[in-house]
Order: sequence, then C-alpha cells, then structure tokens
Amino acid sequence: MIEVHHLTKRFGDTLAVDDLSFTVRPGRVTGFLGPNGAGKSTTMRMILGLDRPTAGFARVNGRSFAASPAPLREVGALLDARAVQGGRSAQHHLLSLAQSNGIPRQRVPEVLELVGLAAVAKRRIGGFSLGMLQRLGIAAALLGDPQVLIFDEPVNGLDPEGILWIRNLMRGLAAQGRTVFVSSHLMSEMAQTADQLIVIGRGRLLADVSMREFIARSATNRVRVRTPQGAALARVLGERGVGVTERDGYLELDGMSSTQVGDLAAAHHITIYELIEEQASLEAAFMEMTRESVEYQASAGDAATPAA
Amino acid sequence: MATNTLRAEHRIGPSAVAAGAARLPNVIRSEWTKLWSVRATVWTLLAMLVVTVGLSALFASTAATSTDPAMEHMRRDPTGTSLAGISLGQIVIVVLGVMSISTEYTSGSIRTSLIAVPRRLTLLGAKALVLAPVALVTGTVTSFAAFFVGQALLATGGINADLSDPQVLRAVVGGGLFLAGNALFGFALGAVLRSTASGITVAVAVLKILPELVAQLPGTLGDWAQKGFTSNAGQQILQVTPPADRLGPWTGYLVFTIWWVVILAIAAVLMRRRDA
Repeated sequence: MIEVHHLTKRFGDTLAVDDLSFTVRPGRVTGFLGPNGAGKSTTMRMILGLDRPTAGFARVNGRSFAASPAPLREVGALLDARAVQGGRSAQHHLLSLAQSNGIPRQRVPEVLELVGLAAVAKRRIGGFSLGMLQRLGIAAALLGDPQVLIFDEPVNGLDPEGILWIRNLMRGLAAQGRTVFVSSHLMSEMAQTADQLIVIGRGRLLADVSMREFIARSATNRVRVRTPQGAALARVLGERGVGVTERDGYLELDGMSSTQVGDLAAAHHITIYELIEEQASLEAAFMEMTRESVEYQASAGDAATPAA
Repeated sequence: MATNTLRAEHRIGPSAVAAGAARLPNVIRSEWTKLWSVRATVWTLLAMLVVTVGLSALFASTAATSTDPAMEHMRRDPTGTSLAGISLGQIVIVVLGVMSISTEYTSGSIRTSLIAVPRRLTLLGAKALVLAPVALVTGTVTSFAAFFVGQALLATGGINADLSDPQVLRAVVGGGLFLAGNALFGFALGAVLRSTASGITVAVAVLKILPELVAQLPGTLGDWAQKGFTSNAGQQILQVTPPADRLGPWTGYLVFTIWWVVILAIAAVLMRRRDA
C-alpha cells in the first residue's frame, strides 16, 4: 500500500508536483500515467525518500519509507536502469544490495535466474544492453521479496519479448497480492497491464480511475458519413439534436450509432456512399485528458489554452 | 530463454529470505563488496605503492651516490629521503578517496544505494568505515616498503637510517597515517561535491597546490597557513625532526585530521538535506 498525501515539490520556480494525493492498493497493477515532465519520477523519488517534499508526505505500508528497518524487503524499486556502476559484475552488484539488508546471498543467483541473466552473472554491467539493464534492475527490485514494487518506465528500451515478459511479471506480482505501481507515458502500454490508472499532468492529479471505467468513459463513438446530400442529412440529424461537422468531404457526428444514422438516412431517402463507425482509441482519450498539461508541446497552430 | 522468462512470474517467491535489516554491520559488509568488486580499487592501491616506492627509490639512490652539495639535506635526513615518494602517493590515494563516493553520484547508483539504505548517515558512515582501514593498511605497507627500499639504497652510500633510531618508527608509521588521512580527506570532498572531476580537482588544489601558495601570504596569516593549512600540518608526522617554526608531528596530524573531519561533517549535513 502506498499513500500519497498532498505531496508537493517545488524546484525553484517550477512546481513539479502540485498537491498530489492518491492511494495505490495491493493486488492490482496501478498505472501512473502522464506526459513527459508531468512529475511521475519526482513523485516516485519522494515516495522512496530520495527527494524531500516541499509539502505533504508519502507513506509505504503505513509509514515513511526511510523509517523502514529493512527497506528492500518492504519495497522493490526500479527507477533508472542505467544508473549502475559499469565496472561491477551483475552478481556483485546484487550481492552488495543483498548484504546491505541482510538478505542471504543465495537469493542473488535466484533472482538472476528469475530475470534470465544467470548466464551473464559474472560479466561486467558496463557491457549490458538497455534491455539487460532493465532485467538487472528488476532482479534488484525482487531481491528482498517485497510486497510493494515501484517501476519507473520499465519497458523503455525493451524489445517486444522483453515488454511481454515485464507485462506478465507485473501481472503475476499483482496476482500474488503485491502492490505494483508502474509509470509510463504510453497509454497503449498501460491499457494491457494496469487495473487502476492514476493520471497526472503538470504535477496535478487528472484522474484516479479503474481501467474499466476509463475505457467506458472514453469510448465515445464517432460516425463518419460520405453523402452527396450533406445539407439534407445535417438538417435531419439536427432535428434530433445531433450536430455535425464537415471534414475532408465527410460529415462527422457523435452520439448516434452508424445503424441509427443509416436507418435515418434511408427513411429520408438520403443517399449514402460510405458509413464508418470509429472507436476513439484510449491513446486519444489520454491525450485529450492531458492535452492542456503537456509540458513541452510542439508548436501547433491550435495550441492548447492554458490550464485552469 | 523465452519460455524460461515468460514463466518467471510463477517463481517469484524466494526459497528463503530470512529476517535482516539495513543496520550498520550489514551496510559495512555491502560497502566492502562494492569497494573490492571494481578493478579500479586494486589498481589505484597498487599505483599508490608503485609511485611512492619508485619515487623514494629514485631519491634514495641519487642521494646515496651524489656528491652534489645541493643533495646534502637529503643525505642528512635518510628517513625523509626514503619517504619522499609519499608526496606523490598522496595524490593517488586522494583520488581513491574521492572516487569511493563520487562514482555513486556520477553513475546515479546513489539512488539505488539510498533505496536499500535510506538512512543516509548510515550509508556515509559505512563507506568511511570501509575506506579508512583499507587506506590505513595499504598506506602503512606503502610507507614501510618505501622506507626499507630507500634505506637499502642509501646503505650503498653508508648513510642509511634504522627503525630503532629516535623518531624514525614514528615517521614511518606516520607515513601510513598520513596516506589514510588523505584518503578520508578526498572522501569528504567527494561527498560534498558529488562529482569525480570537481572532487579530484578541488582535492589536489587544497592538498597539494594551495598549501605551498598560502604559505607565501604575508604576515601572521602566512605563518598560520604554513603551520596549519591541510598538508602543511599533516606532513609534520613524516618528519624525524620537524622544523621549529612548524607544528609538532602529532599536533600537525591532529590539525590535519580536524580539517577532513569538519569537511566530512559538512558532507553529512548536506547529505541529509539534499535530494539524492
């Protein structure tokens, strides 16, 4: 269980995390979603006691993480897989971590086997690919068999096999009743892994919903129609309270299914050449939600209005 | 590998993860592993031994054979001549001291270390408690090696000293103490500056360059600097007969120790306050 209460972090003039409160519960994968620069990593660092909050506090299993007597048994964390000393072998890296928390050294080959790095245990970390480093970071996180796991963008730099592996691993950890908190800036990644979603933008909480609810909420269907009688169709739809917009030779409308539009057109003898129903992607829903809080936005003509 | 790793989630539970904690003895064990699991440690310590003994041997053989009057002071102080290489070995062990903490920051591994050991002073203390005995043992070995090699060469000119001569044993033991103190001086600066490049630069400036420069300052400030500024104070423990206008051997070493202890205290305060 991770609890975050009114957590705030200010770096100079920048408010990186702004009065953030949420709870991450055990037994499920909780996705921590937000555009780059939204404050995900800073929040995770504050939960782990690496950064000191300007205000508010975070608790892990009911207390401040720094107060934990055996931190690696409490929380396993992978923040930045590249942040290791390249001169050390994988097994020595893990051994030093195990020793610091009094974890028996037999656990080192165990976790190396678990992440598929047993064959390179004696090799220096400096020669590892990013994918291998991610696996090593996960091995370190699992050393103490912790109940709480925190992963910051764990699939970055992984090949499809590695991504599938991590996804299954996280689902497996959650199924065992552990708390799994994983950040990403990609909705598509979360959609296949997370049960719960915490979305932030510019350090503020935008949503704390279940994945199911998020999908239901964002599944607005859009119907596109190509017809030579655009004005007539628009008028008929207008009478039923459905507005249309024209784009690229198509009429676009929300709030009515393609079946309803087809029936309506037939009833009014309106010719239809094409009738398309599109389901808005989760990615689009996520981008819509965070549109106003994207830190570094490409200079598009329709730049977002400032966040309220 | 694929089938192996895809099944990984079924084997997450450990065979046995017994109780334990991030207490100081465990963290010291961890830091000991960290220190010796990078090749740089052994190479740096070997380099300290080689440059110290090598330079001492060069001075000793020159002093033993030369009739140059300019070398007279070296012939009159055979112990000092055989320990002269320590001024070079000092730089090497300072680098080891700086790097034993700065590499955690330059690589970013300090975050992993602090997640495993969130009590920051425990981590800092464990690092210092591992570095200190390693530097003291290797520094003492280096100092004695330089002394014996140097005396063997000076003996060819019949001007060698003996450990049983007054103050000689203290000076040679002092060589080890001085090198160990320099390792901790570098460590303290590395902990404050959190960067290998600036740590080494500042350490060499403070321990090797500034001591000579500030001694040239006019008036009492210059006198004070000549006596008390870092290496000016610390080096007195290497002198068989310290000059009258300098601090005594143990007083000098104490002042030198106060220097790095104060810097280490600053590092401790900063480490508790700063974001990692």
